[in-house]
Amino acid sequence: MRRVYLDNAATSPVRREVVEAMLPHFSETMGNASSLHMFGQRAKRALEKARQSVASALGADLKEIYFTSGGTESNNLAIKGVARVNSDRGRHLITSAIEHHAVLNTFRHLETEGYQVTYLPVDDQGIVDLNALEHSIRDDTILISIMLANNEVGTIEPLFEIAAFARRKGIPLHTDAVQAVGKMPVSVDDLGVNLLSLTAHKFYGPKGAGALYVGHGTRIAPLLHGGHQERTMRPGTENIPGIVGLATALDLACHDLDSEWARLAGLRNRLENGIRGRIQDIHLNGHPESRLPNILNMSFARAEGESLLLALDLRGIAVSTGSACAAGSTEPSHVLQAMGVDSLLAQGSLRFSLGRDNDEDDIDYVLDALAEIVPRLRELSPVYDPGART
Amino acid sequence: MAVERVVVAMSGGVDSSVAAALLHERGHEVIGVGLRLPEGLRATGARAGCCGMAGMEDARAVAARIDIPFYVLDYREAFAREVIAPFCEAYRNGETPNPCVLCNVRLKFGLLLDMALGLGAGYVATGHYARVEHESGGGRPTLRKGLDPEHDQSYFLYSLTPRQLAHTLFPLGTLHKGEVREIARRLGLPVAEKPSSQDICFVGSGGYRELLAKHCPDSLRPGPIADSTGRVLGRHHGIGAYTVGQRRGLGIAAGEPLYVTRLDAPSNTIVVGTKNETYVRTLVVRSVNWLACDPPAAPLHLSVATRYRGSERAADVVPDNGLVSIRFSRPHPIVAPGQAAVFYSGDLLVGGGVVTAYTQCEMAL
Repeated sequence: MRRVYLDNAATSPVRREVVEAMLPHFSETMGNASSLHMFGQRAKRALEKARQSVASALGADLKEIYFTSGGTESNNLAIKGVARVNSDRGRHLITSAIEHHAVLNTFRHLETEGYQVTYLPVDDQGIVDLNALEHSIRDDTILISIMLANNEVGTIEPLFEIAAFARRKGIPLHTDAVQAVGKMPVSVDDLGVNLLSLTAHKFYGPKGAGALYVGHGTRIAPLLHGGHQERTMRPGTENIPGIVGLATALDLACHDLDSEWARLAGLRNRLENGIRGRIQDIHLNGHPESRLPNILNMSFARAEGESLLLALDLRGIAVSTGSACAAGSTEPSHVLQAMGVDSLLAQGSLRFSLGRDNDEDDIDYVLDALAEIVPRLRELSPVYDPGART
Repeated sequence: MAVERVVVAMSGGVDSSVAAALLHERGHEVIGVGLRLPEGLRATGARAGCCGMAGMEDARAVAARIDIPFYVLDYREAFAREVIAPFCEAYRNGETPNPCVLCNVRLKFGLLLDMALGLGAGYVATGHYARVEHESGGGRPTLRKGLDPEHDQSYFLYSLTPRQLAHTLFPLGTLHKGEVREIARRLGLPVAEKPSSQDICFVGSGGYRELLAKHCPDSLRPGPIADSTGRVLGRHHGIGAYTVGQRRGLGIAAGEPLYVTRLDAPSNTIVVGTKNETYVRTLVVRSVNWLACDPPAAPLHLSVATRYRGSERAADVVPDNGLVSIRFSRPHPIVAPGQAAVFYSGDLLVGGGVVTAYTQCEMAL
């Protein structure tokens, strides 16, 4: 059976060049970067070379990059680390309603520690409400965290404006750039953020390797305590193969950023236009322009996302639902809910996320499958006529 | 039977696991699904592992063992709407409902069957001990008891429509439970030695009281216990905590044992009586589903079961203005309204419905 992987926003295949760059660090240069001998020194050199590479990719200084285990850890470190160290100045935090759970649930946890959190609303295309941001600022606000691009719908947030505002107010700004890095140009100086999270496996690097950018002058405390690794900000023996993989993958991604953006956007448009042309009653979730090139979130009215996902999977096509619940559930994903998407439409949403391995034949195969599956599911969908069954 | 795509509802128990494995062995394209139910309904004790997320993990392990796809479907909202809400409504009305019947007709062979057909599957299969015979040429399918008399579960399936049955498979219907375990061992299924659960996945001892407390606390309002003449004998903890025919837990000291004979919802009163008052001559049944035949014009003489694995009694089943009267030839132990009465002719399931009323008989045994 033909296999088409359209779930690259969940995770992506590791590029061959990345695997090759990682391999020696499992065996030949397997040393502990803290050891004084030559094995250790080689590991340390690989570590610092990777740090230099990541720093220049982001336009950052070497000492502003900390390696972590991935996006969740980077987000936890940034948010808890800044909130706790600044709790003497205030206990008010601001984020958005459409953040990834790694951010959202970190803030929810901080609420149990006595912090107050404002969850900013978004418009129907997923753009954070800047008016609400200005009105939510208080004297005791100590952190703003807004994602750079949304993982479910691909909307790119107006980080420049948010950063300019945060800077005027003197409040540190964190951005979860997990979906954005490697897909769009990301420069910490241009963006004007103080902290930025990224993870390797979203841009064809290995799982278990991430980084947090912490701009000079940003007050932050570590979550873990132990050795002096990562200048005590993130103790624990460094995952050198993973870090080298991260740096290599980021370097490769930045190398053909523009051409890959154009190629992916072309495929995405082919998919979107194909769906519009062949299937009735569909709805784009997200912003039509300010969006990542690789994510397309569409709602298919009167069909269930979960059923669509299964039917596609049985044909070898991997996508994900934009909806957290299904089977007649009335609870849509928190992102679609915050965007005010009708709950029945939200139930019928699918996220297609494209990647390097996809081509036009893949898109056409998916379009053919959708054209057959959607009408059939609509015929039988229990959502189609609720209450008909007694 | 031609090779088909079949969706199997897998709970992680030995029965549904073997059902999936047998269909796979016969060459069908089997798709395993687990139904995620609301949190807090996770069974405990002897029933642990059924219907909870732990059950899902067992089902996933079985699917991996026989190498079929497995999907967990989120049925939390659907279960709350289609099963818990009517379950609570029944208790509010002084009835004792049977949620397994609802779960089968509305979820497993309702929403799930719709989805399966949408996926291009011909059938939904479960691990029920019952037999379905499909007639070629679109004739009426028949539902029969499972061959294992100890485990026959056709009682819970009486309300399936012919359309639903036409798309249903019960691979265990011709097997005994011991054989099912044997097959599980032969195939090396990781759940071969797992203790059995009942069809009822959440109504255990005490379990449904918690459910009522959460979803319909008004069924647990205290009220009077009275005899049939209206004399108040004590207080109860809410009619939802009692069922007709119940003897224990009334907390009344009386000369002779007293039994619940009626739950009067409007006055929130529990009516009790003596052993003699716990026998009925006639049951009135509503929402009748005729499976083996069209609704008959004349009385039928059939065997009637009023509980799962309960003994059947001979009765005349009499159509009566859209309802059905079941006239027993001998006094029958009282049946709680809301329970299912299922009619059989031998092992053929003819039909069934929901007990809505009864006429007591005053007689000594």
